[in-house]
Amino acid sequence: MLVSAFYTGRIDGQPAGRVLLAGLLGYAAATTTFAGLAIFIVVRRENGVLKRLRATPLPPVVYIAALLASTLLVFALEAAAMILLARVAYHVGIPDALGSLAVALLLGAACFTALGIALTPAIRSAEGASAVVNLIVLPMAFLSGSFGPTRHYPKVLRALADVLPLTYLIRLVRGAVVFGDPIWERPTAVAVVSAWALIGVLVAGWKFRWEPTEST
Amino acid sequence: MTAAVSVADLSKSYGGLRAVRGVTFEIRTGEVFGLLGPNGAGKTTTVEILEGYRKRDAGTVDVLGEDPERAGTAWRQRIGVVLQSSAMYGTLTVREMLALFAGYYRRPRPVDEVVDLVGLGDKRDTRVKSLSGGQTRRLDLGLALVGDPELVFLDEPTTGFDPAARRAAWETIRSLRSLGKTILLTTHYLEEAEQLSDRVAVLREGRIVALGAPAELMGRGQSTEIRYRQEGNEIAIRTDEPTRTLHELTSTALADGVELEALQVRPPTLEDVYLSLTEDDD
Repeated sequence: MLVSAFYTGRIDGQPAGRVLLAGLLGYAAATTTFAGLAIFIVVRRENGVLKRLRATPLPPVVYIAALLASTLLVFALEAAAMILLARVAYHVGIPDALGSLAVALLLGAACFTALGIALTPAIRSAEGASAVVNLIVLPMAFLSGSFGPTRHYPKVLRALADVLPLTYLIRLVRGAVVFGDPIWERPTAVAVVSAWALIGVLVAGWKFRWEPTEST
Repeated sequence: MTAAVSVADLSKSYGGLRAVRGVTFEIRTGEVFGLLGPNGAGKTTTVEILEGYRKRDAGTVDVLGEDPERAGTAWRQRIGVVLQSSAMYGTLTVREMLALFAGYYRRPRPVDEVVDLVGLGDKRDTRVKSLSGGQTRRLDLGLALVGDPELVFLDEPTTGFDPAARRAAWETIRSLRSLGKTILLTTHYLEEAEQLSDRVAVLREGRIVALGAPAELMGRGQSTEIRYRQEGNEIAIRTDEPTRTLHELTSTALADGVELEALQVRPPTLEDVYLSLTEDDD
């Protein structure tokens, strides 16, 4: 919302408030589900809680599903709060295509949750977790247009952005928030986000660690 | 009598370090089996393989009829693992923590019963993060017992306990045994292994160097030890005829007008056996 203070008027011909709301919703998806979850899991793993659970009959799938559900719930509340705040404080209308917005955000959250879980085996310590995660999320957020248009960024960076899932999620969200377009009008974006989600799920299933990093 | 646990030629290495080298033993249903050894002997690795936390390099392992590496959640219903350095959900109370874990099992023990069993009765509604070290350890035990398992793994259960707490823990472990549970106990405290175990395996550098009932192990060399100090030297004599040896010793000393300082006559202890088995060979 601080960023929107700089942009009054229009961005690329669209109301600035809406564009930024879209960007920030995307950013929130990445931070809450990807960053928040990755850090949470690494901390739990390193302090031994996951190891303790592993000795119980609790199926790992159930635990992950519960984690997913609570993360999505938190994110849903966040997104609702952001939309309401935009309405009340910045007079950004409630987006018309709420259904498409909800689906886009759900897809994005699922994608980033999977990627967050997939990242955790690569992080060795609880202290390192927030550093690693922010190192990924912040540049990605800037490149994908969370904080403003990226048209003037160097070609190399824009090429990089074209691979990142957040870029496509923001396109979907922007589509719903700014243009009121239904989600199926952007199949490429849906495909890219889904593909990243699938990569996340596969890597997570293959590499997930329950044990703390060994000190020996 | 069936074997609850059956291990044959178990081996595990970490890089260049051979932590477990061909370990073989069986644990009978309903017994307390002690795994005794200094730190680094391979106890924890062995137990972690039995608990299903670690993959072995070689050998066969059968715990309650299944291979821990491939066992599923049904198997985990039947075992209880007491973990030492694992954290808990700090803001839950003792009762809440136990109730949470009880929910993972099909036939858990009543939470209040477990609270009393581990001696945390007056800390029932205390948040876990406010517990002392010893109390947390008791909760560790409670969490392992709440599922009413057949087999309990106790890894160094009284490390860091003061003597009173240790005695209390021993009582709890003995009462587990009378409930018919099979217990694998690892420890580096000799007295603990001696007091609690039906049988003990002594581990040294990844190998079992002795296996049997504590009395049996102590009986190795049924000898009594006579110790005394002379001219600053500590002298220890092992003998199967302590009366005669003592008589010879003391009459010689009297005749020479020498005083045998700090004279001690003691029966063999597990410590003697243990030290002789685990000290470096000359």
